[in-house]
Amino acid sequence: MRRWRYFGYRLLLAVPVIFGILVLNFFLIRLAPGDAASVLAGESGAATPEYTELLRQKFGLDRPMPEQFIAYITAALRFDLGFSFRNDSPVLDLILERLGPTLLLMSTAFTMALALGTLLGLLAAVARNTWRDAAISVATLICYATPGFWLGLMLIVVFSLTLGWLPTSGFENIAEGYEGWERVQDIALHLVMPAMALGLFYLALYTRVMRASMLEQTGMDYVVTARAKGQTETRIMFGHMLRNAFLPVLTMAGVQAGNLIGGSIVVETVFGWPGVGTLAFTALQSRDLNLLLGIFFISACIVVAINLIVELLYVLLDPRIQA
Amino acid sequence: MPDGLRRFARNRMAVLGAIVIAIIVLVSVLAPFLYPKGAFSLAGQPLQPPSLQFPLGTDALGRDVAAGVAEGARTSLLIGIAAALSAVIFGAMIGGIAGYYRGTVDIVLMRVTEFFQTIPAFLLAMLLVVILSPSLLSVIIAIAAVSWPGIARLVRGEFVALGGREFILASLGLGASGPRIIFRHLLPNCLSAIITVGSLLVATAILLETGLAFLGLGDPNIMSWGLQISAGRVSLRTAWWVCTFPGIAILLTVLSINLVGDGLNEALNPRLRER
Repeated sequence: MRRWRYFGYRLLLAVPVIFGILVLNFFLIRLAPGDAASVLAGESGAATPEYTELLRQKFGLDRPMPEQFIAYITAALRFDLGFSFRNDSPVLDLILERLGPTLLLMSTAFTMALALGTLLGLLAAVARNTWRDAAISVATLICYATPGFWLGLMLIVVFSLTLGWLPTSGFENIAEGYEGWERVQDIALHLVMPAMALGLFYLALYTRVMRASMLEQTGMDYVVTARAKGQTETRIMFGHMLRNAFLPVLTMAGVQAGNLIGGSIVVETVFGWPGVGTLAFTALQSRDLNLLLGIFFISACIVVAINLIVELLYVLLDPRIQA
Repeated sequence: MPDGLRRFARNRMAVLGAIVIAIIVLVSVLAPFLYPKGAFSLAGQPLQPPSLQFPLGTDALGRDVAAGVAEGARTSLLIGIAAALSAVIFGAMIGGIAGYYRGTVDIVLMRVTEFFQTIPAFLLAMLLVVILSPSLLSVIIAIAAVSWPGIARLVRGEFVALGGREFILASLGLGASGPRIIFRHLLPNCLSAIITVGSLLVATAILLETGLAFLGLGDPNIMSWGLQISAGRVSLRTAWWVCTFPGIAILLTVLSINLVGDGLNEALNPRLRER
């Protein structure tokens, strides 16, 4: 039961993070040149003077700073992230509309990277200092240095433009009007390249961590004990070491969750994937700061959620964890 | 140090990385002489494939891709190094204060550091560049602002580990002042770790910079690899070379810096290797 109390404690720690984001957002608006109300309304002429005045009153921009701050926090805690004049829609609705595809892309890339990375790291560690280890090391070094957006473009050149195997962009082929299973297949085809472009960096990262972690475990007493008991190497590997060696990978996965969202912005832009990333890109181009801040807030909430899931997995995998 | 240099020279991959970096630095220094008209100028017919005259081809506006790659090298290296250096200085300051004074200061500073490590770094960098309006300086600030937490935690950890050692207690006993202990005794002892992590930071800073420039968040008047790739995207179907070569330049640069960083790690922290 104490394990769950530990998890509850971590859950509590998420609160200051969310609060911190709001504080950061509040000051970022004020860092922008010009009047905060016009910044919130979107740049030059997108909003009517009436709306700007309404914002000024709503956020109390004519009142002292502490009052402004409280007004901002209460609005944000009610998930009132303001209105995007460029898109003629509340910021929250815009983001929620686009959240599905982004979560699909992120979870696919993340799961693929985690599963394959663990496997490749394991393979490399088992075959240490052989050609297989060297090949995996070189491949990870290269993937580790490749920018995701460029990889995406190169994948398009090879697999779409030259070979014609995969669609260049988008989420699905709407014109075909697929339904049911066919639609799933269609979306999956569209998902292959963005997920690769996003996931390959993390695949390389997890492979490196897993390899190092496996090598660290080899000399441990429990491995020697298992071997002395006469267990087979395969059993020692999968039954004993895998679970222990996986923990640092999981930690790294949690730490990297925030970067995964950043990566999905560029990758979505490359593939015209209709998610939060593309939304961020259009917001960027029209300098719709309020929408960008809203995306920042929601993304940070997602990161906190992912961290909690990782924490939960950690508690499940490692019974030694106690508060 | 010569000992460390010898250990570094024994790592063939790291030496290879150092050579590639030297070539990239050379190209970036020679760029104004090789391409005196600059990377933005019209060089020939648009969308020419690689040829003897234009070894990397031309883009949709008739600009020489090779000139852009050469000038982009300067931009990327400049931003990468400046941002990593600022991040190291700021991070070391925060980590140093937390690790030396401990107590409440430590708790507060480390909570703030963890916070900055949790939030989506790329998004924050994007926001900062948008708010400060895209320029060389704002990109450097934005990248530094999201890169310092790792250094802060590293320096704090080292300070805490060193804090109880005899030579520090001895200096304290001799009446050494706080700054003297920090700058004369603590910092030099964790310099090798800072150099290693700092060199790897240059690589991530360059990746961040190219990502920002790709989204149109670079200085519009300065050529960069990310800008080239985002401009070349439109003609991807007909002219693969416009996007391909700047990307290879990024890949080679980041790869080489990582190799050198790994080499430095093994050379400067030999004990780590035995683990």
